[in-house]
Amino acid sequence: MKFRAKMIDVGCLNHFTRVVNTISKLTKTCILRLTPNNLYFVLSGKVASGGVGMWCELSQANFFDEYQLEGVAPDANEICLEVTPENLSRALRTSQNAKCVKIKLTKKHCPCLTLVAELPTLSSVSRVVTHDIPVDVIPRRLWHDFKEPRMPDFDVSIYLPPLKTMKNVVDRMKNLSNFLVMEANLNGEMNLKIETDLVSVTTHFKDLGNPPWGDDGSQGRSQSRDPEVMAHTRVDIRKLQQFLMGQQVNPSKAMCNIVHKRIIHLILLHEDVSLQYFIPAVA
Amino acid sequence: MDCVVTGGNVKVLAKAIHSLSRIGDELYLEPQEDGLALRSVNSSRSAYACFLFSPLFFSRYTIPLGHAFRCKMAIKCVQAVFRSLSSLEKTVEKCHIELDGEKSRLTFTLHCKHGLLKTHNLSFQDSESLQAVFDKESCANMLRAQPRLLVDTVLHFPPSLEEVSVSVSGERVWFRNHVDDEAEQSKAMLTELCLSSDEFDHFAVGAQTSITFCLKELRGLLVFAESTGLPVSMYFDESGSPVVLSVTDSVLEVNFVLATLSDDSNLCNHNNNTKRARSPPPPDDFMTDDIDSYLIAMETSELAGPSDALAPRSPSPNHTLTTPPSVAMRRLERGEEEEEEDTEDTERPPNKKFRSLFFGSVCPSDSQLTNQTIKSQEVLASDSEDDTQASLP
Repeated sequence: MKFRAKMIDVGCLNHFTRVVNTISKLTKTCILRLTPNNLYFVLSGKVASGGVGMWCELSQANFFDEYQLEGVAPDANEICLEVTPENLSRALRTSQNAKCVKIKLTKKHCPCLTLVAELPTLSSVSRVVTHDIPVDVIPRRLWHDFKEPRMPDFDVSIYLPPLKTMKNVVDRMKNLSNFLVMEANLNGEMNLKIETDLVSVTTHFKDLGNPPWGDDGSQGRSQSRDPEVMAHTRVDIRKLQQFLMGQQVNPSKAMCNIVHKRIIHLILLHEDVSLQYFIPAVA
Repeated sequence: MDCVVTGGNVKVLAKAIHSLSRIGDELYLEPQEDGLALRSVNSSRSAYACFLFSPLFFSRYTIPLGHAFRCKMAIKCVQAVFRSLSSLEKTVEKCHIELDGEKSRLTFTLHCKHGLLKTHNLSFQDSESLQAVFDKESCANMLRAQPRLLVDTVLHFPPSLEEVSVSVSGERVWFRNHVDDEAEQSKAMLTELCLSSDEFDHFAVGAQTSITFCLKELRGLLVFAESTGLPVSMYFDESGSPVVLSVTDSVLEVNFVLATLSDDSNLCNHNNNTKRARSPPPPDDFMTDDIDSYLIAMETSELAGPSDALAPRSPSPNHTLTTPPSVAMRRLERGEEEEEEDTEDTERPPNKKFRSLFFGSVCPSDSQLTNQTIKSQEVLASDSEDDTQASLP
């Protein structure tokens, strides 16, 4: 198993750092899958993460100038690691002006992702910062847990309102209730609702637009749907808040698929990064 | 005592106090002939800091004649005087520090713009001398760097990091985070920064060495150094010996003395002996039975007049054992737990002598005490605490 990658471009470094920062705000630990073409930050949606699932895909060519990977076996040319994204975030944070950042898989006191940044100095010799981030190697037999999640058969798919606005609304709602209902219809309308014994609050969004998914099979259910009918799902408000808090960059596209009473599937697309986040329904 | 600080120096004084607050809870103040010394020490005696402002720093510097005056106060109180640094800069024209001997108060008067006067009366406790034992010049290793370099270095470590290890060898120095918890070692992220000797103003390294000390206290000094732009010098020997960090200019000398881990100990805090102080760490609570009986025994031994001439305490490069062999004890009504300095006053009844337990002092051995015959107990002033102590056998 071997992994070495190098980043030279400051813009790429900044962008990568922002992605890692976002991931670090979403979860304490996650799986990092390294394949010849992509990097994935994955949360498998099991009980341990509160049922929340995450799939973040980066195309390595958009970030790294050099990228060498030798997976666990020739027919399984990838590496699967459990990492704490906060460590990676910390390591990257102070290396933003580095001339060059190298990441490699090493074996120190335990398997580590080692990040080496060469920082510019006035003298002829660079300052070198080395961060050894302990990781756990995930054995092949567990890899099936970390495959790309299937797009659920959603009832409604809708573009999200500006994330900042949503965050402000959800932040205030969180003070009143632990659970929030998100509902949307094919008419571009979305409501965020909370209801307690004393009060119920609903925020309405209109004219959001619905993504044109086209005619593939998974959209069967939504084709014949009455555009006025809302599909709704009740979720733990903190999970939604956590998702919204972590977003550092405005995505080019932000949308949400709702499976009635089952799951909320949030999708954010940036130029070279895609992030999917699954929040399960609560009773 | 009567000192006046003007203009930009007020801010320097304020920063010094803020810096000292990161070390300990009490500020020890001592006007000396060579300047005003502000000191602090942490509760485990593993970190000590001293800011010595020379008389030239002040526009007026008058110290009490004859006897030495030393006091200590809660540092938070002094910080409150210099609370907002940015407004200090803009509004304070001078700061006047005076001692009101009668009321045991130190008065800080800030003369601000538009004729505004802010007067703070801080009460103090008399205290014994506080000085760490260290000798910079004899250290095998010395590095001097612009504060910016060190600030940039510690930036790579999280604010929560307790201890940092510094290793030197030949032309390089490494800063690493120190992980001392066994359980954490396998899971902790390790960060290492390597600097070349080029980046330092001065780089004198003996043998390959590695020391570990508390980062928090270093940060306290760096904040001060960065604001003054003065280079920071680091003097150290092998692990276990304290590291001395200094910032010096013509009117100011700052020394931070930090204990370092010796190879076989786990944490700075557990190893008070790394400070080369010969005494055992002083108990925090002086009202324990042992101390009481000890105090009483001492009370009755060397009765004498005003305190003897005190050992010289000027901060020359060779700091030797500084606490004088006998530190007179004031009447117990003043700060009941403290062994206090005699602020000479010939009208007071004869003072008792007592050996301070702080830095570098030597306690009499037990045998000395038991040999003394208990003479009549002189109660100098009545006070409820006094009475209970005096009544102990």
